[in-house]
Amino acid sequence: MSKKEEILTINHIKKDYGSLEVIKDISLTVGKGEVVVVVGPSGCGKSTLLRCINGLETIQGGEISLKGEIISGRQKDMHLVRQKIGMVFQSYDLFPHKNILDNITLGPVKAQHRKKEEAEEEAEKLLVRVGLLDKKDAYPRQLSGGQKQRVAIVRALCMHPEVMLFDEVTAALDPEMVREVLDVMLELAREGSTMIIVTHEMQFARAIADRIIFLDKGEVVEEGTPEEFFENPKTERARKFLNVFEFDTVKGVEDKK
Amino acid sequence: MQDLGIRVLFEGKNLIRLLEGLWVTIEISLLSVLISMILGIVLGMIMTVKNPLVKAVTRLYLEFVRIMPQLVLLFLVYFGMTRAFHVNLSGEVSAVIVFSIWGTAEMGDLVRSALISIPAHQYESGRALGLTEGQIYRYIVIPQTIRRLVPLAINLATRMIKTTSLIALIGVIEVVKVGQQIIEASRLSVPSAALWIYGVIFFLYFIICYPVAKLAARLEKAWNTV
Repeated sequence: MSKKEEILTINHIKKDYGSLEVIKDISLTVGKGEVVVVVGPSGCGKSTLLRCINGLETIQGGEISLKGEIISGRQKDMHLVRQKIGMVFQSYDLFPHKNILDNITLGPVKAQHRKKEEAEEEAEKLLVRVGLLDKKDAYPRQLSGGQKQRVAIVRALCMHPEVMLFDEVTAALDPEMVREVLDVMLELAREGSTMIIVTHEMQFARAIADRIIFLDKGEVVEEGTPEEFFENPKTERARKFLNVFEFDTVKGVEDKK
Repeated sequence: MQDLGIRVLFEGKNLIRLLEGLWVTIEISLLSVLISMILGIVLGMIMTVKNPLVKAVTRLYLEFVRIMPQLVLLFLVYFGMTRAFHVNLSGEVSAVIVFSIWGTAEMGDLVRSALISIPAHQYESGRALGLTEGQIYRYIVIPQTIRRLVPLAINLATRMIKTTSLIALIGVIEVVKVGQQIIEASRLSVPSAALWIYGVIFFLYFIICYPVAKLAARLEKAWNTV
Protein backbone atom coordinates (compact mmCIF):
# COMPACT_ATOMS: atom_id res chain seq x y z
CA MET A 1 0.00 0.00 0.00
CA SER A 2 1.43 3.34 -0.93
CA LYS A 3 1.95 5.65 1.99
CA LYS A 4 -0.63 8.33 1.52
CA GLU A 5 -2.14 10.70 3.97
CA GLU A 6 -4.02 8.80 6.65
CA ILE A 7 -7.65 9.77 6.79
CA LEU A 8 -9.09 7.33 9.25
CA THR A 9 -7.32 5.36 11.94
CA ILE A 10 -9.05 2.76 14.01
CA ASN A 11 -7.06 1.60 16.96
CA HIS A 12 -8.01 -1.59 18.82
CA ILE A 13 -11.67 -0.79 19.17
CA LYS A 14 -14.07 -2.96 21.14
CA LYS A 15 -17.84 -3.02 21.11
CA ASP A 16 -20.26 -5.19 23.00
CA TYR A 17 -23.95 -5.24 23.78
CA GLY A 18 -23.84 -6.51 27.33
CA SER A 19 -22.49 -10.02 27.13
CA LEU A 20 -22.53 -10.11 23.35
CA GLU A 21 -19.17 -9.09 21.94
CA VAL A 22 -19.68 -7.70 18.47
CA ILE A 23 -16.27 -6.22 17.87
CA LYS A 24 -13.44 -7.88 19.78
CA ASP A 25 -10.44 -5.95 18.61
CA ILE A 26 -10.24 -4.23 15.28
CA SER A 27 -7.52 -1.95 14.00
CA LEU A 28 -7.56 -0.41 10.58
CA THR A 29 -6.00 2.49 8.78
CA VAL A 30 -7.51 4.02 5.71
CA GLY A 31 -5.47 6.30 3.51
CA LYS A 32 -6.71 9.12 1.37
CA GLY A 33 -8.40 7.90 -1.78
CA GLU A 34 -8.33 4.33 -0.62
CA VAL A 35 -11.27 1.99 -1.11
CA VAL A 36 -11.55 -0.59 1.63
CA VAL A 37 -14.15 -3.31 1.27
CA VAL A 38 -15.22 -5.17 4.38
CA VAL A 39 -16.65 -8.63 3.84
CA GLY A 40 -17.62 -11.43 6.16
CA PRO A 41 -20.48 -13.66 7.24
CA SER A 42 -23.58 -12.00 8.63
CA GLY A 43 -23.25 -11.05 12.26
CA CYS A 44 -19.50 -10.67 11.99
CA GLY A 45 -19.64 -7.02 12.99
CA LYS A 46 -19.19 -5.32 9.61
CA SER A 47 -22.15 -2.98 9.91
CA THR A 48 -21.41 -2.32 13.55
CA LEU A 49 -17.90 -1.31 12.56
CA LEU A 50 -19.27 1.36 10.22
CA ARG A 51 -21.77 2.53 12.81
CA CYS A 52 -18.99 2.89 15.37
CA ILE A 53 -16.93 4.98 12.96
CA ASN A 54 -19.54 7.68 12.68
CA GLY A 55 -20.62 7.40 16.28
CA LEU A 56 -24.04 5.85 15.84
CA GLU A 57 -22.75 3.24 18.27
CA THR A 58 -20.49 3.94 21.19
CA ILE A 59 -17.37 1.85 21.59
CA GLN A 60 -16.13 0.33 24.83
CA GLY A 61 -12.44 0.39 24.09
CA GLY A 62 -9.82 1.72 21.72
CA GLU A 63 -10.12 4.87 19.71
CA ILE A 64 -10.97 6.16 16.28
CA SER A 65 -9.39 9.21 14.75
CA LEU A 66 -10.14 11.19 11.66
CA LYS A 67 -7.20 13.07 10.18
CA GLY A 68 -5.35 12.79 13.44
CA GLU A 69 -8.21 14.06 15.57
CA ILE A 70 -9.75 11.59 17.98
CA ILE A 71 -13.46 11.30 17.27
CA SER A 72 -14.55 8.37 19.40
CA GLY A 73 -15.99 8.61 22.88
CA ARG A 74 -17.24 12.14 22.44
CA GLN A 75 -20.38 13.45 24.02
CA LYS A 76 -20.35 16.92 22.53
CA ASP A 77 -20.10 18.06 18.95
CA MET A 78 -20.46 14.61 17.50
CA HIS A 79 -22.61 16.21 14.82
CA LEU A 80 -19.60 18.21 13.63
CA VAL A 81 -17.61 15.01 13.25
CA ARG A 82 -20.42 13.32 11.36
CA GLN A 83 -20.47 16.14 8.86
CA LYS A 84 -17.10 14.90 7.70
CA ILE A 85 -18.19 11.28 7.45
CA GLY A 86 -20.79 10.40 4.86
CA MET A 87 -22.88 7.33 5.43
CA VAL A 88 -25.27 5.49 3.14
CA PHE A 89 -27.58 2.89 4.63
CA GLN A 90 -29.07 -0.31 3.31
CA SER A 91 -32.61 1.06 3.50
CA TYR A 92 -31.77 4.42 1.81
CA ASP A 93 -33.68 6.37 4.49
CA LEU A 94 -34.52 9.42 2.50
CA PHE A 95 -36.83 11.84 4.28
CA PRO A 96 -40.29 11.00 2.93
CA HIS A 97 -41.77 14.45 3.55
CA LYS A 98 -39.15 16.28 1.50
CA ASN A 99 -38.58 16.23 -2.22
CA ILE A 100 -35.32 14.97 -3.67
CA LEU A 101 -33.63 18.33 -3.85
CA ASP A 102 -34.59 19.21 -0.27
CA ASN A 103 -33.43 15.81 0.90
CA ILE A 104 -30.01 16.54 -0.49
CA THR A 105 -29.70 20.14 0.64
CA LEU A 106 -31.00 19.69 4.20
CA GLY A 107 -27.59 18.71 5.54
CA PRO A 108 -25.52 21.32 3.68
CA VAL A 109 -27.95 24.14 4.51
CA LYS A 110 -28.89 23.31 8.09
CA ALA A 111 -25.83 21.50 9.39
CA GLN A 112 -23.11 23.27 7.44
CA HIS A 113 -24.91 26.60 7.11
CA ARG A 114 -24.17 26.88 3.42
CA LYS A 115 -26.20 29.10 1.15
CA LYS A 116 -29.32 27.44 -0.19
CA GLU A 117 -28.64 28.48 -3.80
CA GLU A 118 -25.11 27.17 -3.69
CA ALA A 119 -26.18 23.88 -2.11
CA GLU A 120 -28.94 23.45 -4.66
CA GLU A 121 -26.58 24.15 -7.50
CA GLU A 122 -24.21 21.49 -6.28
CA ALA A 123 -27.05 19.07 -5.61
CA GLU A 124 -28.23 19.50 -9.18
CA LYS A 125 -24.75 18.87 -10.53
CA LEU A 126 -24.49 15.69 -8.50
CA LEU A 127 -27.94 14.60 -9.63
CA VAL A 128 -26.87 15.02 -13.23
CA ARG A 129 -23.96 12.71 -12.56
CA VAL A 130 -26.20 9.96 -11.21
CA GLY A 131 -28.72 10.59 -13.98
CA LEU A 132 -31.55 11.78 -11.78
CA LEU A 133 -31.83 15.50 -12.39
CA ASP A 134 -35.37 15.08 -13.75
CA LYS A 135 -36.40 13.66 -10.36
CA LYS A 136 -35.30 16.65 -8.30
CA ASP A 137 -38.85 17.75 -7.51
CA ALA A 138 -40.17 14.23 -7.01
CA TYR A 139 -40.76 12.68 -3.61
CA PRO A 140 -38.91 9.56 -2.45
CA ARG A 141 -42.04 7.40 -2.75
CA GLN A 142 -42.08 8.07 -6.51
CA LEU A 143 -38.60 6.62 -7.01
CA SER A 144 -37.45 3.04 -7.41
CA GLY A 145 -35.13 1.51 -4.86
CA GLY A 146 -32.08 2.00 -7.03
CA GLN A 147 -32.96 5.62 -7.66
CA LYS A 148 -33.50 6.24 -3.96
CA GLN A 149 -30.15 4.73 -3.16
CA ARG A 150 -28.43 6.93 -5.74
CA VAL A 151 -30.10 9.95 -4.18
CA ALA A 152 -28.94 8.79 -0.76
CA ILE A 153 -25.38 8.64 -2.09
CA VAL A 154 -25.70 12.15 -3.52
CA ARG A 155 -27.12 13.35 -0.21
CA ALA A 156 -24.03 12.09 1.58
CA LEU A 157 -21.65 13.43 -1.10
CA CYS A 158 -23.09 16.91 -1.00
CA MET A 159 -21.65 17.28 2.50
CA HIS A 160 -18.10 16.91 1.08
CA PRO A 161 -17.17 14.16 3.50
CA GLU A 162 -13.58 13.08 4.08
CA VAL A 163 -14.67 9.47 3.99
CA MET A 164 -17.79 7.70 2.79
CA LEU A 165 -19.24 4.66 4.53
CA PHE A 166 -21.49 2.31 2.57
CA ASP A 167 -23.47 -0.16 4.64
CA GLU A 168 -24.72 -2.96 2.39
CA VAL A 169 -26.24 -0.39 0.10
CA THR A 170 -27.43 -2.89 -2.49
CA ALA A 171 -28.74 -5.55 -0.12
CA ALA A 172 -32.33 -4.31 -0.22
CA LEU A 173 -32.42 -3.72 -3.97
CA ASP A 174 -33.90 -5.81 -6.74
CA PRO A 175 -31.10 -7.42 -8.76
CA GLU A 176 -31.65 -5.27 -11.83
CA MET A 177 -31.15 -2.13 -9.77
CA VAL A 178 -27.95 -3.20 -8.09
CA ARG A 179 -25.85 -2.31 -11.09
CA GLU A 180 -26.87 1.34 -11.33
CA VAL A 181 -25.89 1.89 -7.72
CA LEU A 182 -22.62 0.02 -7.97
CA ASP A 183 -21.71 2.00 -11.09
CA VAL A 184 -22.07 5.23 -9.14
CA MET A 185 -19.77 3.86 -6.46
CA LEU A 186 -17.21 2.69 -9.01
CA GLU A 187 -17.11 6.16 -10.46
CA LEU A 188 -16.57 7.67 -7.04
CA ALA A 189 -13.71 5.28 -6.45
CA ARG A 190 -12.14 6.24 -9.76
CA GLU A 191 -12.32 9.89 -8.78
CA GLY A 192 -10.37 9.18 -5.65
CA SER A 193 -13.01 9.21 -2.93
CA THR A 194 -12.04 7.56 0.29
CA MET A 195 -14.54 4.82 0.96
CA ILE A 196 -15.27 1.98 3.33
CA ILE A 197 -17.75 -0.42 1.84
CA VAL A 198 -19.58 -3.27 3.47
CA THR A 199 -21.03 -5.53 0.81
CA HIS A 200 -22.07 -9.02 -0.14
CA GLU A 201 -21.42 -8.43 -3.83
CA MET A 202 -18.16 -10.31 -4.18
CA GLN A 203 -17.48 -9.46 -7.81
CA PHE A 204 -18.08 -5.83 -7.07
CA ALA A 205 -15.80 -6.02 -4.04
CA ARG A 206 -13.12 -7.43 -6.24
CA ALA A 207 -13.56 -4.75 -8.86
CA ILE A 208 -13.64 -1.74 -6.59
CA ALA A 209 -11.41 -2.59 -3.64
CA ASP A 210 -7.87 -1.49 -3.07
CA ARG A 211 -7.92 -3.66 -0.01
CA ILE A 212 -10.23 -6.34 1.32
CA ILE A 213 -10.79 -6.82 5.01
CA PHE A 214 -12.33 -10.13 6.01
CA LEU A 215 -14.08 -9.99 9.35
CA ASP A 216 -15.35 -12.91 11.31
CA LYS A 217 -16.67 -13.00 14.87
CA GLY A 218 -15.68 -9.43 15.55
CA GLU A 219 -12.06 -9.50 14.43
CA VAL A 220 -10.03 -9.05 11.28
CA VAL A 221 -9.21 -12.55 10.08
CA GLU A 222 -7.57 -11.66 6.83
CA GLU A 223 -6.51 -8.57 5.00
CA GLY A 224 -5.08 -8.15 1.54
CA THR A 225 -5.48 -7.07 -2.03
CA PRO A 226 -8.55 -8.40 -3.83
CA GLU A 227 -6.39 -10.71 -5.93
CA GLU A 228 -4.75 -12.26 -2.88
CA PHE A 229 -7.98 -12.59 -1.00
CA PHE A 230 -10.18 -14.02 -3.70
CA GLU A 231 -7.67 -16.22 -5.46
CA ASN A 232 -5.55 -17.37 -2.64
CA PRO A 233 -7.13 -16.84 0.75
CA LYS A 234 -4.66 -17.51 3.52
CA THR A 235 -7.03 -18.69 6.23
CA GLU A 236 -9.41 -21.58 6.44
CA ARG A 237 -12.22 -19.30 7.58
CA ALA A 238 -11.89 -17.08 4.52
CA ARG A 239 -11.83 -20.11 2.24
CA LYS A 240 -14.99 -21.43 3.84
CA PHE A 241 -16.66 -18.07 3.52
CA LEU A 242 -15.70 -17.70 -0.12
CA ASN A 243 -16.97 -21.20 -0.90
CA VAL A 244 -20.45 -19.94 -0.30
CA PHE A 245 -19.94 -17.68 -3.29
CA GLU A 246 -18.12 -20.29 -5.32
CA PHE A 247 -20.60 -20.28 -8.15
CA ASP A 248 -20.13 -16.55 -8.63
CA THR A 249 -16.40 -16.69 -8.27
CA VAL A 250 -15.87 -19.52 -10.72
CA LYS A 251 -17.97 -17.74 -13.26
CA GLY A 252 -16.09 -14.50 -12.65
CA VAL A 253 -12.75 -16.22 -13.16
CA GLU A 254 -13.89 -17.86 -16.36
CA ASP A 255 -15.16 -14.59 -17.75
CA LYS A 256 -11.75 -13.08 -17.29
CA LYS A 257 -9.88 -15.88 -19.01
CA MET B 1 -101.53 21.36 6.84
CA GLN B 2 -102.04 18.79 9.55
CA ASP B 3 -99.52 16.36 8.05
CA LEU B 4 -96.74 18.76 7.22
CA GLY B 5 -94.76 18.19 10.39
CA ILE B 6 -91.96 20.40 9.19
CA ARG B 7 -93.97 23.47 10.20
CA VAL B 8 -93.05 22.66 13.77
CA LEU B 9 -89.65 24.04 12.93
CA PHE B 10 -91.00 27.45 12.12
CA GLU B 11 -93.41 27.74 15.02
CA GLY B 12 -92.42 30.36 17.52
CA LYS B 13 -88.67 30.44 18.04
CA ASN B 14 -88.14 26.77 17.47
CA LEU B 15 -85.49 27.04 14.78
CA ILE B 16 -83.61 29.76 16.66
CA ARG B 17 -83.72 27.61 19.79
CA LEU B 18 -82.35 24.65 17.89
CA LEU B 19 -79.52 26.74 16.53
CA GLU B 20 -78.81 28.08 20.01
CA GLY B 21 -78.69 24.49 21.20
CA LEU B 22 -76.32 23.72 18.38
CA TRP B 23 -74.10 26.56 19.49
CA VAL B 24 -73.92 25.05 22.98
CA THR B 25 -72.90 21.76 21.37
CA ILE B 26 -70.22 23.50 19.35
CA GLU B 27 -68.93 25.46 22.32
CA ILE B 28 -68.61 22.43 24.54
CA SER B 29 -67.08 20.39 21.71
CA LEU B 30 -64.56 23.03 20.73
CA LEU B 31 -63.48 23.69 24.28
CA SER B 32 -63.08 19.95 24.96
CA VAL B 33 -61.28 19.35 21.70
CA LEU B 34 -58.89 22.23 22.37
CA ILE B 35 -58.08 21.05 25.89
CA SER B 36 -57.74 17.45 24.68
CA MET B 37 -55.37 18.35 21.88
CA ILE B 38 -53.03 20.32 24.13
CA LEU B 39 -53.04 17.86 27.02
CA GLY B 40 -53.00 14.95 24.58
CA ILE B 41 -49.77 16.13 22.99
CA VAL B 42 -48.17 16.36 26.41
CA LEU B 43 -49.57 12.97 27.42
CA GLY B 44 -48.42 11.39 24.16
CA MET B 45 -44.90 12.61 24.74
CA ILE B 46 -44.99 11.29 28.30
CA MET B 47 -46.23 7.95 27.00
CA THR B 48 -43.11 7.45 24.90
CA VAL B 49 -40.96 7.63 28.04
CA LYS B 50 -39.46 4.24 28.79
CA ASN B 51 -40.01 4.36 32.54
CA PRO B 52 -42.18 1.32 33.41
CA LEU B 53 -44.13 3.13 36.13
CA VAL B 54 -45.02 6.01 33.82
CA LYS B 55 -45.99 3.47 31.20
CA ALA B 56 -48.23 1.55 33.58
CA VAL B 57 -50.01 4.64 34.87
CA THR B 58 -50.68 6.14 31.44
CA ARG B 59 -51.74 2.75 30.09
CA LEU B 60 -54.17 2.31 32.96
CA TYR B 61 -55.61 5.76 32.41
CA LEU B 62 -56.05 5.12 28.70
CA GLU B 63 -57.66 1.71 29.14
CA PHE B 64 -59.94 2.93 31.90
CA VAL B 65 -61.24 5.85 29.87
CA ARG B 66 -61.65 3.73 26.78
CA ILE B 67 -63.52 0.94 28.51
CA MET B 68 -65.88 3.23 30.39
CA PRO B 69 -68.84 4.36 28.30
CA GLN B 70 -68.75 8.14 28.07
CA LEU B 71 -72.24 8.27 29.50
CA VAL B 72 -71.12 6.52 32.67
CA LEU B 73 -68.24 8.95 33.00
CA LEU B 74 -70.65 11.83 32.56
CA PHE B 75 -72.98 10.52 35.27
CA LEU B 76 -70.02 9.81 37.49
CA VAL B 77 -68.75 13.36 37.28
CA TYR B 78 -72.09 15.14 37.20
CA PHE B 79 -74.02 13.20 39.80
CA GLY B 80 -71.25 11.38 41.60
CA MET B 81 -69.13 14.41 42.40
CA THR B 82 -72.08 16.27 43.79
CA ARG B 83 -73.09 13.44 46.05
CA ALA B 84 -69.66 12.37 47.21
CA PHE B 85 -67.78 15.64 47.49
CA HIS B 86 -70.55 18.22 47.43
CA VAL B 87 -68.94 19.80 44.41
CA ASN B 88 -71.79 21.23 42.46
CA LEU B 89 -70.69 21.23 38.88
CA SER B 90 -72.94 22.54 36.17
CA GLY B 91 -73.78 20.21 33.32
CA GLU B 92 -71.64 22.22 30.94
CA VAL B 93 -68.56 22.10 33.14
CA SER B 94 -69.04 18.38 33.79
CA ALA B 95 -69.34 17.83 30.07
CA VAL B 96 -66.14 19.68 29.30
CA ILE B 97 -64.31 17.80 32.05
CA VAL B 98 -65.49 14.40 30.88
CA PHE B 99 -64.86 15.02 27.22
CA SER B 100 -61.45 16.43 27.97
CA ILE B 101 -60.56 13.37 30.07
CA TRP B 102 -61.66 11.13 27.25
CA GLY B 103 -60.20 13.24 24.45
CA THR B 104 -56.86 13.61 26.18
CA ALA B 105 -56.55 9.85 26.52
CA GLU B 106 -57.40 9.23 22.88
CA MET B 107 -55.25 12.07 21.63
CA GLY B 108 -52.37 10.95 23.82
CA ASP B 109 -52.50 7.55 22.24
CA LEU B 110 -52.55 9.06 18.75
CA VAL B 111 -49.56 11.25 19.54
CA ARG B 112 -47.71 8.31 21.04
CA SER B 113 -48.30 6.10 18.03
CA ALA B 114 -47.36 8.90 15.62
CA LEU B 115 -44.13 9.52 17.49
CA ILE B 116 -43.05 5.90 17.70
CA SER B 117 -44.00 5.30 14.07
CA ILE B 118 -41.06 7.40 12.91
CA PRO B 119 -38.47 4.73 12.13
CA ALA B 120 -35.18 4.79 14.03
CA HIS B 121 -33.44 5.08 10.67
CA GLN B 122 -34.88 8.53 10.14
CA TYR B 123 -33.10 9.72 13.26
CA GLU B 124 -29.91 7.96 12.18
CA SER B 125 -30.03 9.45 8.71
CA GLY B 126 -30.27 12.87 10.27
CA ARG B 127 -27.41 12.09 12.61
CA ALA B 128 -25.29 10.75 9.76
CA LEU B 129 -25.81 14.08 7.99
CA GLY B 130 -24.35 15.86 10.97
CA LEU B 131 -27.56 17.47 12.17
CA THR B 132 -27.92 18.19 15.88
CA GLU B 133 -30.61 16.40 17.85
CA GLY B 134 -32.66 19.59 17.88
CA GLN B 135 -32.42 19.93 14.13
CA ILE B 136 -33.40 16.29 13.67
CA TYR B 137 -36.60 16.90 15.61
CA ARG B 138 -37.31 20.19 13.93
CA TYR B 139 -36.73 19.22 10.32
CA ILE B 140 -37.30 15.50 10.26
CA VAL B 141 -39.27 14.05 13.15
CA ILE B 142 -41.85 16.70 13.98
CA PRO B 143 -42.93 17.46 10.39
CA GLN B 144 -43.50 13.75 9.80
CA THR B 145 -45.29 13.32 13.11
CA ILE B 146 -47.64 16.19 12.34
CA ARG B 147 -48.43 14.78 8.93
CA ARG B 148 -49.42 11.52 10.50
CA LEU B 149 -51.21 13.11 13.40
CA VAL B 150 -53.41 15.84 11.96
CA PRO B 151 -55.85 13.64 10.02
CA LEU B 152 -56.21 11.33 13.03
CA ALA B 153 -56.74 14.25 15.38
CA ILE B 154 -59.45 15.68 13.14
CA ASN B 155 -61.24 12.36 13.09
CA LEU B 156 -61.09 12.31 16.86
CA ALA B 157 -62.58 15.81 16.94
CA THR B 158 -65.58 14.71 14.85
CA ARG B 159 -66.10 11.75 17.15
CA MET B 160 -66.06 14.11 20.11
CA ILE B 161 -68.56 16.48 18.48
CA LYS B 162 -70.96 13.62 17.85
CA THR B 163 -70.58 12.17 21.32
CA THR B 164 -71.49 15.47 23.00
CA SER B 165 -75.12 14.57 22.21
CA LEU B 166 -74.94 12.47 25.38
CA ILE B 167 -74.89 15.56 27.55
CA ALA B 168 -78.59 16.04 26.89
CA LEU B 169 -78.90 13.29 29.48
CA ILE B 170 -77.39 15.42 32.23
CA GLY B 171 -79.70 18.27 31.41
CA VAL B 172 -77.47 20.51 29.35
CA ILE B 173 -79.61 22.43 26.90
CA GLU B 174 -77.75 21.54 23.76
CA VAL B 175 -79.16 20.76 20.37
CA VAL B 176 -80.57 17.31 21.15
CA LYS B 177 -82.14 18.52 24.39
CA VAL B 178 -83.76 21.49 22.64
CA GLY B 179 -85.06 19.07 20.05
CA GLN B 180 -86.59 16.89 22.74
CA GLN B 181 -88.25 19.90 24.33
CA ILE B 182 -89.77 20.97 21.04
CA ILE B 183 -90.99 17.46 20.38
CA GLU B 184 -92.52 17.25 23.86
CA ALA B 185 -94.24 20.59 23.44
CA SER B 186 -95.76 19.75 20.11
CA ARG B 187 -96.53 16.12 20.79
CA LEU B 188 -100.28 16.63 20.38
CA SER B 189 -100.33 19.27 17.70
CA VAL B 190 -97.67 17.76 15.46
CA PRO B 191 -97.41 14.00 15.99
CA SER B 192 -94.63 13.63 13.43
CA ALA B 193 -92.46 16.27 15.11
CA ALA B 194 -89.92 13.69 16.30
CA LEU B 195 -89.12 12.68 12.76
CA TRP B 196 -88.71 16.26 11.60
CA ILE B 197 -86.77 17.57 14.55
CA TYR B 198 -84.39 14.63 14.77
CA GLY B 199 -84.04 14.81 11.01
CA VAL B 200 -82.98 18.43 11.29
CA ILE B 201 -80.60 17.61 14.15
CA PHE B 202 -79.09 14.85 12.04
CA PHE B 203 -78.61 17.36 9.27
CA LEU B 204 -77.03 19.91 11.64
CA TYR B 205 -74.49 17.37 12.89
CA PHE B 206 -73.84 16.40 9.32
CA ILE B 207 -73.07 19.92 8.15
CA ILE B 208 -70.61 20.35 11.01
CA CYS B 209 -68.88 17.00 10.87
CA TYR B 210 -68.87 16.34 7.15
CA PRO B 211 -66.54 19.19 6.11
CA VAL B 212 -64.24 18.36 9.00
CA ALA B 213 -64.10 14.69 8.06
CA LYS B 214 -63.61 15.64 4.44
CA LEU B 215 -60.72 17.88 5.38
CA ALA B 216 -59.11 15.03 7.31
CA ALA B 217 -59.45 12.73 4.32
CA ARG B 218 -57.94 15.32 2.02
CA LEU B 219 -55.00 16.00 4.29
CA GLU B 220 -54.42 12.31 4.65
CA LYS B 221 -54.26 11.93 0.91
CA ALA B 222 -52.15 15.00 0.31
CA TRP B 223 -49.67 13.94 2.96
CA ASN B 224 -49.62 10.32 2.06
CA THR B 225 -45.91 10.66 1.62
CA VAL B 226 -45.08 9.15 4.96
